[in-house]
Amino acid sequence: MSPRPPKSEIIITVSGLKNGFGDSLVHDGLDLEVRRGEILGVVGGSGTGKSVLMRSIIGLQTPLSGEIHVFGESTIGRDETEATDVRKRWGILFQGGALFSTLTVAENVQVPLKEFYPGLDQQLLDEIAAYKVVMSGLPADAAPKYPAELSGGMKKRAGLARALALDPELLFLDEPTAGLDPIGAAAFDELTQSLQKTLGLTVFLITHDLDTLYAICDRVAVLADKKVIAVGTIPELLALDHPWIQEYFNGPRGRAAVAGRARHEAKTAHEDQV
Amino acid sequence: MKGPANFERVDSGGSVELRFTGNLSLACIGDLPERLAGVKGPVAQVDLHNIERIDTVGAWLVHRFAREHQAEIVGLQPDEAHLIEQVAAAECPIEKPRAQAGLVPRVLGEVGDAVVIAGRTLYGLLGFLGATLIAFWNVATHPSRFRFNATVHRFEIVGVTALAIIGLMSFLIGIVIAQQGAVQLRQFGAEIYTINLVGRLTLRELGVLMTAIMVAGRSGSAFAAQIGTMKLTEEVDAMRTIGVSPMEALVLPRMIAVVLMMPLLAFYSSLIGMIGGCLLCWIALDIPPITFIMKIREVVPMTDLWICLIKAPVFGVIIALAGCFQGMQVEGDAEQVGSRTTAAVVQAIFLVIVLDAFFAVFFSGIGWK
Repeated sequence: MSPRPPKSEIIITVSGLKNGFGDSLVHDGLDLEVRRGEILGVVGGSGTGKSVLMRSIIGLQTPLSGEIHVFGESTIGRDETEATDVRKRWGILFQGGALFSTLTVAENVQVPLKEFYPGLDQQLLDEIAAYKVVMSGLPADAAPKYPAELSGGMKKRAGLARALALDPELLFLDEPTAGLDPIGAAAFDELTQSLQKTLGLTVFLITHDLDTLYAICDRVAVLADKKVIAVGTIPELLALDHPWIQEYFNGPRGRAAVAGRARHEAKTAHEDQV
Repeated sequence: MKGPANFERVDSGGSVELRFTGNLSLACIGDLPERLAGVKGPVAQVDLHNIERIDTVGAWLVHRFAREHQAEIVGLQPDEAHLIEQVAAAECPIEKPRAQAGLVPRVLGEVGDAVVIAGRTLYGLLGFLGATLIAFWNVATHPSRFRFNATVHRFEIVGVTALAIIGLMSFLIGIVIAQQGAVQLRQFGAEIYTINLVGRLTLRELGVLMTAIMVAGRSGSAFAAQIGTMKLTEEVDAMRTIGVSPMEALVLPRMIAVVLMMPLLAFYSSLIGMIGGCLLCWIALDIPPITFIMKIREVVPMTDLWICLIKAPVFGVIIALAGCFQGMQVEGDAEQVGSRTTAAVVQAIFLVIVLDAFFAVFFSGIGWK
């Protein structure tokens, strides 16, 4: 885990967010801040509106009320031309990958590049797509394939390659490790962390995966009771005595994740000594 | 602070060095790739001391340049070095989808593919008809497995909700036939035969044919899309594992509904068509409705009604078969749902018209003129 910078810039601010469908409210007075350069994990039970929160921040869902600022600009009620400037600076990985099914993986990666930088020549576009595909953990021969020919995990990686196409400053990941095998999930975690370090990414990460939380998240935001009930490092959260947080981190799976982490660290330390 | 990416060429004692400055990121590279491609001659060093920021695109350009000129990259921060290492490690040959063949081989290939697909589809349709008949037999021998509610629900969707649109269409077609017929027959002073034309044409051919086309467009397409989507979401697989046969649960109710609804709709369509014709005769030819009805009873033989009622369920079988078969063929992605739905409608209408031609010859042959 990288140490938290003492005084850091806030790049996403959500305040007083209220979202609802029909009669039921999903969020009611939700506040959240995301700092530059951190990996923020967002957790919460099923149906607590994690994805809705992400969709609100990226402007796909218009909230009933509340303020959302990304890179200091409000994302609510702005017009499309203003939105492009912000869209150049973020990348989004949807749960199922959301690849364009009529395009190959390489063409999928090139879509945002062509959209925002029409001047790039095709040779460079192909090269960029090729290394992005490999960097996202796919084999090189996946680039000319169509999404229908890929497995679920490969679609996710291809989605990540597209999300990273513009070298964004801010990356939204919606359950990136769900449905991946443990080896693939661990590789995904490492990939996210190394990209965050080398590119100085800020990552907004929705996850159910406790291993991911322990391995890479700088801070964790907990969604419950229609708001963010707590944000902090895992030790800080453990110090709170909210029943859901306690059950989440101290349940059998939470303890297993801690044990796994401890084993992993012991092994790495041992290897370092040898 | 964010300067565009730039470089200068420094010759020092025979060795050439490129000094990069500014922001080596996607947003700021501008024409850097072209200018880098224009650098000639051996370059010993690439100096990145003075850059402000570098992202993977910048790293890739630097790496590619250094590799092509066998230059050494110097002046990197540890993070930047790591980035270039990562990009270099991810380098791989560009693979493109198979290049397209020339025009003639491609056209020939596509024609061949189309023929093979047409053959396979016909074979598949026959197989599917067999599977449906087996499912029908299974349900007939175990009546408790018959899905009564699902079937009746389909009656409503296929039959009742189609009444308005089929009625309107038939009414207008009746008017058009009568109007065009009257114009032509007036030349011989034989306007009265407009009644023969309307009565026989709607009952024998157009009523059932237009109904079949409408039902194929409304219900056949819906069947393909519904079943196709259920295939995509693995609902059909889930059914199978629970022990519910998709043929019995999905295909049979739809098939029965269309087969039973088609004769009713076709008869209804013919009737409305005749009403349309009657109205035009009354207005344009001054033939009162009562005369029209009397005349219809004289000139339209009962066999025309039988032809209508025999053809309708057969067309129904084809529509349901094409819709359900294409739905069950969906695999992979959402695009297939669209193409299979189109295929279902096109095949249903095509087969209906082919079969209608056979019926026309057949019924004339057995003397039902």
